[in-house]
Amino acid sequence: MRNIVLGDEAVAQGALDAGISGVYAYPGTPSTEITEYIIRKKKNESLNIHAAWSTNEKTALEAALGMSYAGKRAMAVMKHVGLNVAMDAFMNMAISGINGGLVVVVADDPSMHSSQNEQDSRYLADFAKIPIIEPSNQQEAYDGIRHAFKISEKHKLPVLLRLVTRLAHSRSLVTFHKPNKQKKLKFPKDIKRFQLVPARAKPQFDLLVKKQTVIRECAEDSPFNKLVIGTDKSMGIIASGLAYNYLMENFQEGCPYSVLKISQYLLPRKQIKYLFDNSDRILVLEDGYPFIEEKLADFFREDSKVIGRLSGHLNRTGELNPNIVAKALGIEQDFDEEAPKLVAGRPPKLCDGCGHLDTFNVLNEIKKDFGDKQIFGDIGCYALGALSPYHTISTLIDMGASITMAKGAAEAGVHPSIAMIGDSTFTHSGMTGLLDCINDKTPITIIINDNSTVGMTGGQESAALAKIKGICIGMGVDPEHLKVIKPLSKYHDENVVTIRKELNYKGVSVIIPQRACVRLPSEKKKEIRKILEAQSE
Amino acid sequence: MTTNIILAGVGGQGILTIAATLDTAALNNGMFFKQSEVHGMSQRGGAVQSHVRIADGAIYSDLIPKGQADMILGMEPMETLRYLPYLKKEGWLITDTKPYLNIDNYPNEKKIFDIIESRSNHLILDATKIAKQVGNIRAANLVLLGAASHLIPLKERALIAAIKTLFKAKGDRIIALNLDAFEAGKQYALEHVDFSLS
Ligand SMILES: Cc1ncc(C[n+]2csc(CCOP(=O)(O)OP(=O)(O)O)c2C)c(N)n1
Ligand code: SF4
Repeated sequence: MRNIVLGDEAVAQGALDAGISGVYAYPGTPSTEITEYIIRKKKNESLNIHAAWSTNEKTALEAALGMSYAGKRAMAVMKHVGLNVAMDAFMNMAISGINGGLVVVVADDPSMHSSQNEQDSRYLADFAKIPIIEPSNQQEAYDGIRHAFKISEKHKLPVLLRLVTRLAHSRSLVTFHKPNKQKKLKFPKDIKRFQLVPARAKPQFDLLVKKQTVIRECAEDSPFNKLVIGTDKSMGIIASGLAYNYLMENFQEGCPYSVLKISQYLLPRKQIKYLFDNSDRILVLEDGYPFIEEKLADFFREDSKVIGRLSGHLNRTGELNPNIVAKALGIEQDFDEEAPKLVAGRPPKLCDGCGHLDTFNVLNEIKKDFGDKQIFGDIGCYALGALSPYHTISTLIDMGASITMAKGAAEAGVHPSIAMIGDSTFTHSGMTGLLDCINDKTPITIIINDNSTVGMTGGQESAALAKIKGICIGMGVDPEHLKVIKPLSKYHDENVVTIRKELNYKGVSVIIPQRACVRLPSEKKKEIRKILEAQSE
Repeated sequence: MTTNIILAGVGGQGILTIAATLDTAALNNGMFFKQSEVHGMSQRGGAVQSHVRIADGAIYSDLIPKGQADMILGMEPMETLRYLPYLKKEGWLITDTKPYLNIDNYPNEKKIFDIIESRSNHLILDATKIAKQVGNIRAANLVLLGAASHLIPLKERALIAAIKTLFKAKGDRIIALNLDAFEAGKQYALEHVDFSLS
């Protein structure tokens, strides 16, 4: 039977059918729907698995490793920048290896549809020296994750499954296959490899290096890589992941050139060698950074047999599409590049009635006293505060950086130094920065926008729900300088006074504008209100 | 044969419902499809688009190549024009008349319609008004789908079955409303344009 699923959902169902016992994740576009699907299935079908949001990507990945250590299959899911947060665990679990199959699903976002950057996760898997699966369509996403669990257990290594936005958020028909059972609890035979003191880590790293040959051979024999030999030897093409589709879109009747489709790494040397020996030039098509091209191109480009993004035959940054690929292939096309000039941009906005807007208004009034450059922002719906018409925040770098950047600026002599962060971002990566401020008695005012949800990614449960005040006081914020306010226009003047007063305090003050995200369903809002009221009693 | 349709609108206008109807109908009809959508930050009144490709065989790209769309179906006139480079020279522009005014620099409406009318194949309809006559302005998206249905390579039976499936949870009254909206759009198009010319 064929099923209608998003690329993300194909991964989710594939993981369930691979017999996972748990999914650990932090939301992030375009990966969020994977975990949402499993949470929904667990609820509707009472599945016996762990499916819930973790506080951040690092806690997610480490928990997945714990489940794997116990012999069961586990999946960790995140967006590309999330892997930076989980990187310590990611690098080191490649050294220890895994027990039950462990797949790290990372969704990259070439062209930055909803991200701060377009980093390519293949580099990070390469750095960790682990296999990668990069599906090119929804069916391959389903089959690919099942395959990923298999090779994870075969090599005793975590495997990275790389998605990109266009696959994650595209629906098609997928055939599901017979599910595997979950694994039983079973400790690793050799637990020493999980004890990464130098004496144990060294031989483990040597082992990882040695394994590279087998991992490459596994990719050379993989059904996910395919070499089709063409008649025209003037060019050979390497196309990975989605780029393969963009290539074939231009050759519906078949491609005259030899084509190596790559969906499993390490790079299959055997097939690439064939292509090199039998083609005058090699065109590399990949959706992301020029990862493959960099490995193949010669450094001085004296003999530039390999062409692609680095050589200027394709756009250096941003995603590919069928037209860009057609152009690189020298295929004639007839279309206008641009929409009619009169079409105006329609950027996202805060929802009508959003509490962040009231907080922006308060801050915009206060900052007339000191100027435009002293409110350090963070990532979440309130990041829109960097744009017109709000212009409230002056920086936005990575999750948690508001508090720590404001800290550094305060210590450089900036006063007032204000941080603005959301509830989920605070527990994700803000708490440790707060502790630094408290320990250093930094003169700083931290605004924690508590809308009791992860608004930006569609309203998931926030790990911070009803906990922010307790966390702050527990860490050592003076209760006299912790103020909960209601971000509503009728309290505007009052809120201006409260915050102004705290700006004068030469220590750590915390303001919590608290009002639920207006997009939450009303039952959810009621539930939140009850929890918060019970807490304040 | 692949039919390429771009759905255009603003977050909350019901683009994704049209897309879901087409997906389900394609499945019912034994066809292949790919339907990519731009999600994410666009949930707050931003531009939303979906590329729908329906074919009798396998489809490669999730994205419609520029210059290859058979139709742009827009819930909003300026949004319809945003994707004009995707449209084939003889492709159809089908759009609601009603501007969605949530930006300060919305262009001159007459100029928008001049561009739409300069295309050989276009249909501009007041879907909101038609939906209102049928019973609820929120069914404007189904009016547009009905108007476009003449150009969609799916059996009407399959589209109707898909509408019934998608609105099942909302009850018979909502199903009937949406079916009426679909029918009204279909009739309107029949009375106002001759699709056989395309
Ligand atoms: C490391 C990392 N993980 C995930 C994301 C995606 N993301 C952006 S903001 C955000 C959370 C926002 O929640 P919150 O701080 O509560 O603010 P809100 O959107 O509710 O205003 C997430 C998950 C990201 N940008 N970076
Ligand atoms: S989703 Fe919630 S937090 Fe985000 S802009 Fe809308 S109301 Fe505000």
